[in-house]
Amino acid sequence: MTSPAPIAEHRETPRPDPAAIPTITSSGVAALSIDSVSHAYGPRRALMDVSFNVQPASFTALLGLNGAGKSTLFSLITRLFGIQSGRASIFGHDISKNPGEALRLLGVVFQPRTLDLDLSLTQNLLYHAALHGISRREAATRTAELLGRIGLAERAGSKVRDLSGGQMRRLEIARALLHRPRLLLLDEPTVGLDVKARADIISHVRQLVTEQGIGVLWATHLFDEIMPGDDLVVLHQGKVLAQGPMSLVVAEAGAQDVNTAFMRLTGAQTMPGGGA
Amino acid sequence: MSSITTRGAPRGFSFQEYMTCLTGIVWREGLRFLHQRERFVSALVRPLVWLFIFAAGFRQVLGISIIPPYETYILYEVFIAPGLMAMIQLFNGMQSSLSMVYDREMGNMRTLLVSPLPRGFLLFCKLLAGTAVSLLQVYAFLLIAWFWDITPPPIGYLTVLPALILSGLMLGSLGMLISSGIKQLESFAGVMNFVIFPMFFASSALYPLWRVQEGSPYLYYLCEANPFTHAVELIRFALYGQINWVSLAVVASCTIVFMIGAIYAYDPSRGLARRGPAGGEG
Repeated sequence: MTSPAPIAEHRETPRPDPAAIPTITSSGVAALSIDSVSHAYGPRRALMDVSFNVQPASFTALLGLNGAGKSTLFSLITRLFGIQSGRASIFGHDISKNPGEALRLLGVVFQPRTLDLDLSLTQNLLYHAALHGISRREAATRTAELLGRIGLAERAGSKVRDLSGGQMRRLEIARALLHRPRLLLLDEPTVGLDVKARADIISHVRQLVTEQGIGVLWATHLFDEIMPGDDLVVLHQGKVLAQGPMSLVVAEAGAQDVNTAFMRLTGAQTMPGGGA
Repeated sequence: MSSITTRGAPRGFSFQEYMTCLTGIVWREGLRFLHQRERFVSALVRPLVWLFIFAAGFRQVLGISIIPPYETYILYEVFIAPGLMAMIQLFNGMQSSLSMVYDREMGNMRTLLVSPLPRGFLLFCKLLAGTAVSLLQVYAFLLIAWFWDITPPPIGYLTVLPALILSGLMLGSLGMLISSGIKQLESFAGVMNFVIFPMFFASSALYPLWRVQEGSPYLYYLCEANPFTHAVELIRFALYGQINWVSLAVVASCTIVFMIGAIYAYDPSRGLARRGPAGGEG
């Protein structure tokens, strides 16, 4: 598996050797498959018949307003809630029937911070490694390697509490990659970050797609995080309104850009700063 | 070209992977405990206040006759020591569950539950980790109590260990079961009052049950039915190298029932699924 350069230097990174990119032996299987998933909290319906796929080595943006159902969907995929109806699978492993194999291939960055603030960076990563059954020696090697990759090797022994918001997010992404997943879910990972930290995180994750062939599902309500080559899923009030390559979704909505397309699809008002 | 197999026969998890996970969870819980010095100090101060102040004042009021496992007349301090050990575990069990509610609110619980290992095993590891922390507290208490003339036979320090592990697991799984029904930290404080204090006072921790029976037969039956009473008696007998078989049976059975209940309640398709979305909702 290749090692991307530190985030801050990624723009100078030469194109990787294609031979080093891992391939998926089971060709044609979606990294993530969501099939007719519905979910309700009592009488309130949070998701209605949601279906879409995330392909390996692709960046799929899940675009929706706050309350659209993005976090509910993430909770279902990560098995925090049981799937009430429909089916979700990761590389063909059904999350309900075979959660162990499915979760083994999944890395997640949740919207709320989920680090132990009083433990060091290394201790946080070692704990995560243990949860995946990775031996201490192997975990120590991977931890050092990943901390170097995100430019935080010198802070390895510091308490997480002393990191900036952007550094914490980078650490959470590193942690999500520690067990070498093939699918990465990120739930609004740039919320609360400054412009520079946002740009760093986005380019780092895009680098993971191109260099390591990881399938990425990126939930956001910020239009400027979506690129023309991305796949797009527009989620609104628990329903998928449109999906497909971004350019196609925009064209089908008869719009010039994602912003207008989203507005036409949902009838929502756009907010200043490129947010939905 | 490197190749990653993503589909095919499930490979399951090796014994080594289970053990790595278990030690990782216990290690993290221990680290967190060491970082929370106030928690350690308050965990020790609470029983010591009972021992140094309450017991000193009460010894003149309450006479203890010779009852098993004691073979001579004993000071009141000696009598309540096992009850205070169980109290440490009761508070610790509830506090661990409190941290689970906190973790769930803060999102930390999610990192545990997205581990690919079976959820029941993860929760068992969490319970064992909480019990390990309670053992540190109990032995620290026993060390200080030794200077206060609470000197069980040396072998008692060893024979009490399995009893403490079992009672720690029982009280921890009870806490976990309760925490699964708690939505917010605030509501947990109320449950603490409804669980900890009744369990502690309606037990044999502070007074022998024959004394309670003299006062109120109904209260006596309530104390007899209280699993905490049996945790105290199990510890009391084990501290003197003996086994109270009834208490052992009750504590073991309750541990199994509470643990199964907690694992059931934390099943994604049941317990947590009934609740609303946790953390940031989008």
